[in-house]
Amino acid sequence: MTYRHKLWTGLILLGGIHTVILLAGFVAPYHFATQYREFPFAPPTRLHFVDDQGRFHWRPFVYASPDSGSPDETQADGKHRYPVNFLVQGCAYKIGGIFPAHRHLFGVAEPAEIFLLGTDEYGRDQFSRFLYGGQISLLSGLLGASFSVLFGLAIGSIAGFYGRWIDDVLMRVVELFLACPWLYLLFAVRAALPLHLPEWQVFTLLIAVLGLVGWARPARLIRGVVLSAKERNFVLACRGFGASNSYLLFRHILPQTYGVALTQMTLLIPQYVLAEVTLSFLGLGVGEPMPSWGSLLSYLQQYYVLESYWWMFLPALLLVPTFLAYKAVSDALLERVGAVSL
Amino acid sequence: MKYACRRLIHAALLLVAISFFSFALAQLAPGDFFDALRLNPQTSPQTVEHLRSEYGLNRPFLVRYLRWLESILHGEMGLSLAYNSPVGPLLLVRARNTLLLTGSAVALSWLLALPLGVWTAVKRGTWPDRMAECAVSTILTVPDLLIFLALLLLAVRTGWFPAGGMASLGANDLGPASKFHDLLFHLALPSFGLALVTVPVLFRHVRAALMEVLDSPFLRAARGHGIPEGRLLLRYALPVAANPLLSLLGFSVGSMLSMSLLAEVILSWPGIGPLLLEAILARDVYVVIAAIIFSSAFLILGNLLADLLIIASDPRIRME
Repeated sequence: MTYRHKLWTGLILLGGIHTVILLAGFVAPYHFATQYREFPFAPPTRLHFVDDQGRFHWRPFVYASPDSGSPDETQADGKHRYPVNFLVQGCAYKIGGIFPAHRHLFGVAEPAEIFLLGTDEYGRDQFSRFLYGGQISLLSGLLGASFSVLFGLAIGSIAGFYGRWIDDVLMRVVELFLACPWLYLLFAVRAALPLHLPEWQVFTLLIAVLGLVGWARPARLIRGVVLSAKERNFVLACRGFGASNSYLLFRHILPQTYGVALTQMTLLIPQYVLAEVTLSFLGLGVGEPMPSWGSLLSYLQQYYVLESYWWMFLPALLLVPTFLAYKAVSDALLERVGAVSL
Repeated sequence: MKYACRRLIHAALLLVAISFFSFALAQLAPGDFFDALRLNPQTSPQTVEHLRSEYGLNRPFLVRYLRWLESILHGEMGLSLAYNSPVGPLLLVRARNTLLLTGSAVALSWLLALPLGVWTAVKRGTWPDRMAECAVSTILTVPDLLIFLALLLLAVRTGWFPAGGMASLGANDLGPASKFHDLLFHLALPSFGLALVTVPVLFRHVRAALMEVLDSPFLRAARGHGIPEGRLLLRYALPVAANPLLSLLGFSVGSMLSMSLLAEVILSWPGIGPLLLEAILARDVYVVIAAIIFSSAFLILGNLLADLLIIASDPRIRME
C-alpha cells in the first residue's frame, strides 16, 4: 500500500468517525444521562429480521423486553414486534451544541427499548454514551494536541531563531519536561489541579494539562528545523536585503516547519485521546454523568463486570478502528518524510 | 571519562531541577490533605489549623523545600500524611516492585524483539517478514490500555493467571523455591503485557538498524571474502547496528515506566503506579512528589546508561 492509499483510507475513516461523533445527538437514540433503572446491565438488544412465524421482514424489529433473546422467554407482550423506526422524534438535543433538534436517526416505540451495546449499571444506553463520550475524548485530543503543537511551535522557533542564552534556557526546560515519564508528568500536573469541578471546567483543564505535558518534543524538533532553516541561502539573502526578524520568521522560516508540526500533530492527537481516556478511566477526568470513552471503560476494572457482562467490552473494541485510522494517517505522513514509524 | 562525568553531573542537576519544580507544582495545588477534615462539622477550624502547623504545612515555600531536601538525606523524603509514616521506606518497597516489573519486561521485550528483528531483516520480503510486520502493526494500533484490559479479562475469565497482586495468600509460609515460583506466576501477566506493548517499537528499530547495515558496502565486501553468514551477522553486522539500539535501550526503559503505571493499576501490581494514583486522590503531596522524582530518576538513569554504553561500544563518540 502506498502512503497515498494509506493516507486517504485513514482520512476518510477519520472523517466518518468524527462526523458520527459530532452528530452524536442525532445518531444516539437516547440522551447520555437518561436512566432506565429497570434494566441495569442489560445485554445488547437483539435486532431480529425473522419473526416467530418464520416470516422475513426487511425492517429489523425488537421485542419489548431488552434482555430477551428469543420471543418465547418473555412476558405477555413478548411476541409483539416493535419495528426499528428511522428519523423518529425523541428527546431534545443540540447539534454541535448550538442548533436544537428532536429528530433521531433511529428508535423504537415505547415500551420497547433499543440498547445496541447494552446498558451500564444505571440502565443508561451504552451506545448513546459511547457517542457522546467520543465528543469529549476526541475534542480534548484535538484541542490538546493543537495547543501543544502551537506552544511547541512558538517555543521552538524562538529558541532556534534567537539562539544564544534564550536557546539554552528554553532547551534546558525542554529537557526537564522530557526527563519525566510522560504519564507520570500528566498525573503530576493533574494532581496540582482541583479534583472535583464543574464538568466544563474539568474539560478545559484537561486540555490545558494535555497541552502542557506534551509541548517539549515538538518544540525540540521545530527548533532543529528552524536552526537549519535560518541558515539557508534564500533566508540569508532575504536578511541581506534588510528583512526584519519578524518578517523572516513568519514569511520564510515558519513555513518550513509546518511539515514537522503537522506530523507531530498526527502523532499527538491519538496519544492525547488515549491520555484523556486513561485519565477518565482512572477517575481523574470528567465526572458523572458526562460520559467519556475512559469512564465507559472504567467499568472494566471491576471483576464482576468482566466476569458476567461481556458487552461492557464492546466500547473498548469500538475504539480500535479510531486508533487504526489515526495510525494510518500518521504512518503515511511519516513514510512521506522517510522516518521509521514508531 | 570526562564526558561520562559531565553526563553524570548533568543528570544530577536535572534531577534536582525536577524535584524543585514538582515541589513547586505541588504547592500550586489548591487544598491539602486536611481539607477532608473540614467537611466534618465536629472538627473545628482551630483543630485543622493546629494539625497543619504541626505537619508544617503553613510554613513558607522555600523553608519547606529545604526541610524536605534535608529529610531526603535521612532517607525520608517527607511524611506521607495518609500513611502517617516517612515516604522513603514506603516508596522503596513500591519502587522495588516497579523495578522488578519493568526490569523483567525490558528483558523479555528485548529477548523477543532482537531475534525477531534480526531474523526478519535477514529474511526481508519473505512471508515471515510480512507476517511479523502485520502482527506488529496490529499491536501498535491497539491502545495499551485495551491490551492490559484484555489480559485482565483473560486472567479473570480463564483463571490461568492470578488477576492481581504479587503473591498468593499464605505465600509467606512457603519455602524460598516455591515462593519464587509464586512470584514468577504473578509477574507473568503484567510483565508479558508490558513486553507486548514495547516489542513492536523495538522490533521496528532493530529491523531498520540491521537492514541499513546489511545493505552497506563493507558487509558486501565481507561476504565477498567468503565469511560465513552466521559469523557475518553476529560478528560484523550486529556490532555496527548496536549504536542506535543502545540509545533505544534507554528509551525503552523510560517508555516502559510510563506504561508500567497503567499496567500496575489495571493488573493490580503493587508498584509506584497505584501508590501515585491513591496519593493524588488523597492529596498526599509528598508521596506524589516522591513518586514523580523516582520515576524521573529511573528514566534519567536509563538514558545515562544508554549513553555510557554507547561510549563504551563506539570509538567514534569516544574521540569527540
